[in-house]
Amino acid sequence: MALKLTDLKSDVHNDWCPGCGDFGIISAVQMAMAEMNLDPNKTAVVSGIGCSGKTPHYLRTYGVHTLHGRSLPFATGVKLANPNLEVIDCGGDGDGLGIGAGHFVNSGRRNVDMAYILYDNGVYGLTKGQASPTLKLGVKVKSLPLPNINSAINPTMLALAAGYTFVARGYAYDVRHLKELIKKAIQHKGFAFLSVLQPCPTYNDILTKEYWGGEGLLDAAGKQMPRTYKLEAQGYDGVVKSEDEMEKEEKIKLAVMKSFEFGDHTPIGVFYQNEHVPTYEERLTQRMPTYKTSPPAEQKIARDDGTPLANISKLLDELSVN
Amino acid sequence: MIGGAQGSGVDTSANIFAKAAAQGGLHVFGKREYYSNIKGEHSYFQVRLSKKIVRSHVDTIDLLATFDDETAVRHAWEVRKDGGIIYDPTVGGNNIDDIHTIEAPVRARLYSELDSQHLPHSVEGVLEVARRKGVHIYPMPYMDVLKKVGEQFGESSLSSLTRMINVMAVAASFALTDYPQDQVNEALRKQFKSKPKVVEINIAAVTAAYDYMRDKYNGGFGHKLAPIPMAEKRIFVRGSSTVGIAKILSGCRLQTYYPITPASDESEYLEAHEIIDLDGALSNEAQAMKGSIAVVQTEDEIAAITMAIGGALTGVRASTSTSGPGFSLMAEGIGWAGINEVPLVVTLYQRGGPSTGLPTRHEQGDLRFALHSGHGDIPRVVLASGDLEEAFYDVTRAFNYAEKYQLPVIHIVDKAMANSDQTYKMFDPNLIKIERGLMISGTIPENESDHGEFHRFKETPSGISPRPVIGTQGGIYWNTGDEHDEKGHISEDPTNRVMMMDKRMRKLDVASKEIPAEEKFHFFGPKDAPITIVSWGSTKGAILDAMESLKEDGIIVNFLQLRLIAPFPVDEVKEILSRAKKVVDIEMNFSAQLGGVIRENTCFPLDQYVVKYNGRSMSQEEIYDAVRHIADGSAPKRVVLTNGA
Ligand SMILES: Cc1ncc(C[n+]2csc(CCOP(=O)(O)OP(=O)(O)O)c2C)c(N)n1
Ligand code: SF4
Ligand SMILES: [Mg+2]
Repeated sequence: MALKLTDLKSDVHNDWCPGCGDFGIISAVQMAMAEMNLDPNKTAVVSGIGCSGKTPHYLRTYGVHTLHGRSLPFATGVKLANPNLEVIDCGGDGDGLGIGAGHFVNSGRRNVDMAYILYDNGVYGLTKGQASPTLKLGVKVKSLPLPNINSAINPTMLALAAGYTFVARGYAYDVRHLKELIKKAIQHKGFAFLSVLQPCPTYNDILTKEYWGGEGLLDAAGKQMPRTYKLEAQGYDGVVKSEDEMEKEEKIKLAVMKSFEFGDHTPIGVFYQNEHVPTYEERLTQRMPTYKTSPPAEQKIARDDGTPLANISKLLDELSVN
Repeated sequence: MIGGAQGSGVDTSANIFAKAAAQGGLHVFGKREYYSNIKGEHSYFQVRLSKKIVRSHVDTIDLLATFDDETAVRHAWEVRKDGGIIYDPTVGGNNIDDIHTIEAPVRARLYSELDSQHLPHSVEGVLEVARRKGVHIYPMPYMDVLKKVGEQFGESSLSSLTRMINVMAVAASFALTDYPQDQVNEALRKQFKSKPKVVEINIAAVTAAYDYMRDKYNGGFGHKLAPIPMAEKRIFVRGSSTVGIAKILSGCRLQTYYPITPASDESEYLEAHEIIDLDGALSNEAQAMKGSIAVVQTEDEIAAITMAIGGALTGVRASTSTSGPGFSLMAEGIGWAGINEVPLVVTLYQRGGPSTGLPTRHEQGDLRFALHSGHGDIPRVVLASGDLEEAFYDVTRAFNYAEKYQLPVIHIVDKAMANSDQTYKMFDPNLIKIERGLMISGTIPENESDHGEFHRFKETPSGISPRPVIGTQGGIYWNTGDEHDEKGHISEDPTNRVMMMDKRMRKLDVASKEIPAEEKFHFFGPKDAPITIVSWGSTKGAILDAMESLKEDGIIVNFLQLRLIAPFPVDEVKEILSRAKKVVDIEMNFSAQLGGVIRENTCFPLDQYVVKYNGRSMSQEEIYDAVRHIADGSAPKRVVLTNGA
């Protein structure tokens, strides 16, 4: 039975500010899930803390609203314990790149098969607009008393350096395009990172919907030019098609170059994708052949009377003295 | 005792020594002390053997086997009159000045002792002190003897020969006690199973050592060892593998960790044994299928605990193991598991704190923190094992409590247990019962859910609510670290808050009622003894051993060993303390943490305290002495123990 969008909506009152980019993201998530016909009973949406962190409550799937910065290890635990679940992680830029930066980097090393959507609004929304790690040096959004004293992280480059096998960027108000990116991220075999330019009308008065729409940026004909452009429309291809290390290196370099473009000419789309890197689940299966068919969460551990199924006699024999 | 530089095989040789003794039916207790260092610093291993059960170490040594200068210099002082020291005469002239791994305060103490006896600052000087005390000194020129063995085997490489020095020291020790050599050979065969060549040459070295010692010192040493028959099946275990084996048996199938001493040995054991045999009796399918445990090394302890929690939400029995610094990082995760009612087991290997503290040394300093880690109030179970056998059975209890009461369980062990070895009666898997509580998987009938959504945190009389795992058909619900309603959606409603808080905390009342007394505490000794010792954790061994020697000297005590610290067995402890005449709290920390917890829960004042916080576990004699002085009224209210090198 095909899923309707309403099947994916919980009945919780949504308390995001009017005009918040998060609405665009959640719509795209719902559309992607409906089109992919993801079973809500087999899907977990995990989030951190922040405005973005409330996402799972508005969706009708298993929801895991975790701790500030920790959504990735929580999500990793869910997925590794039961790889048959679809796991989608939604987190803020402060959450993922500030307090959770260690997990962000190390998730790249693991390549667990799940999707991570980062809500990049340049601010700490829920704590009233302090600078987030993606806000550029010297920028003073309206909630800041003084211009930002820190330089910004380049999340795309960081993800590439950390070994992510899918790196993409979307824009919250290009919902159709974003939906396609979300589908790709979910379908990707391995860890998929999708950062989303997310206007926060309440605290970030610089990177607004109008800004991304092209306000003040006119082409030769005097027409307003959007500040985002689609990579695929320009013939960019970041997909690694073989196991050749050279090809991988080339594609990473290409993506790194692209990652410098920001501002008037900001690429959205897939920067890089490589399905030739084994996932963590595949690595575990190599070591433990029954991992996929009998994952941790689905292993029977006891009989009905409670007696354990594990037989430890060999282990005890190793220690036996007589 | 045997000692040497870290990385020089002290551990292996002590293991061979202990196993050879255990095979011969002797009861063995072994304890390892080492620096936070990989190569070069001094480490030592103390092995105690007896015809009856031994559970602790003693401060005085009967036989000290050394092959380097530092071990002789540091430990010769601890050898008793009529004891023996085996040493390498080629290091006899070495100056203490040249042993750079001896810290300044230790050096100063050595010099002042030697000066007071007008002896040189050398190995010989220290040995002379021992000699004057009546200790037998046995020179053993390892390399001379080994070279002859090497000739026999055409092995002249010095480094290969040097590697056997520690085995020679073991053999020389056994030779002095007249212990049969075939037991040593057998232990070697077990140790180097897969390397017959190594076994052969080592046995030759052992033979040469036996011959040399018999030849030179025939019958001179007063302490004799002989094998005795064993009526029971016995094992010789170390802490880290004990907990690991128990986790496999208990159904733990996801373990996360970040490396830290002394906790990571357990995770490494699990990783090395990640494929699990299943009981063949079940079905052919089970025989063909193997179980497995996924062991994940994470980027930090925050990831370790949150990943384990994520796993637990899907229904797997998940745990993480750590010690103090890592546990500090886990505090926020504990709170999340508490408010979301997630079954989770944290194995906490205490070591010397605070901060990095004494990373490889022992302390019981984390009780308060285990009880209170994390902000706000959550229900939790804190369970402390007193020895490795208890730890084995407690692991299953920890998982059962976690799943039955849907809360985090902190299972406390410590460095002394992790790094001690002991012979025990074979553990019995048939005593293990797995209880999974109100877990739901599969499909929830439509009439039991709200259009596919589930009241996961439903208010119930017990406070415990049915728990669908993620992936259950018709069980959709939400988790959040925010206060939430029955479906798990954020709620700041004051009425809901009170209801949820009460519901969660009520589970502890149920746990208190359901958990049997023998899982809460152990009580040893006669009810009406004039002195009652209270303690917890691995001090148990030394206390029980001391009780035996106290009894021989007519001092009768009983001992309340607390195991379940939260929920605290208030009524039971009150009852015991109300009939106690003098209560003495013994524990390995500065502030007598258990004493405080007892006072807080029972309002009973404790009479005296015996504490220790120098990083070295309590010995039998220390406890004996302290209690004797308490019994005759000569001890201060707070006795501080300081033994150990
Ligand atoms: C450990 C911890 N520190 C601080 C906070 C307070 N806090 C809540 S949300 C937030 C920032 C959220 O910013 P971001 O992750 O960018 O999410 P957004 O609200 O912008 O979606 C902070 C610092 C917290 N919840 N936990
Ligand atoms: S503060 Fe910003 S990010 Fe948060 S809900 Fe409001 S608009 Fe959205
Ligand atoms: Mg943000």
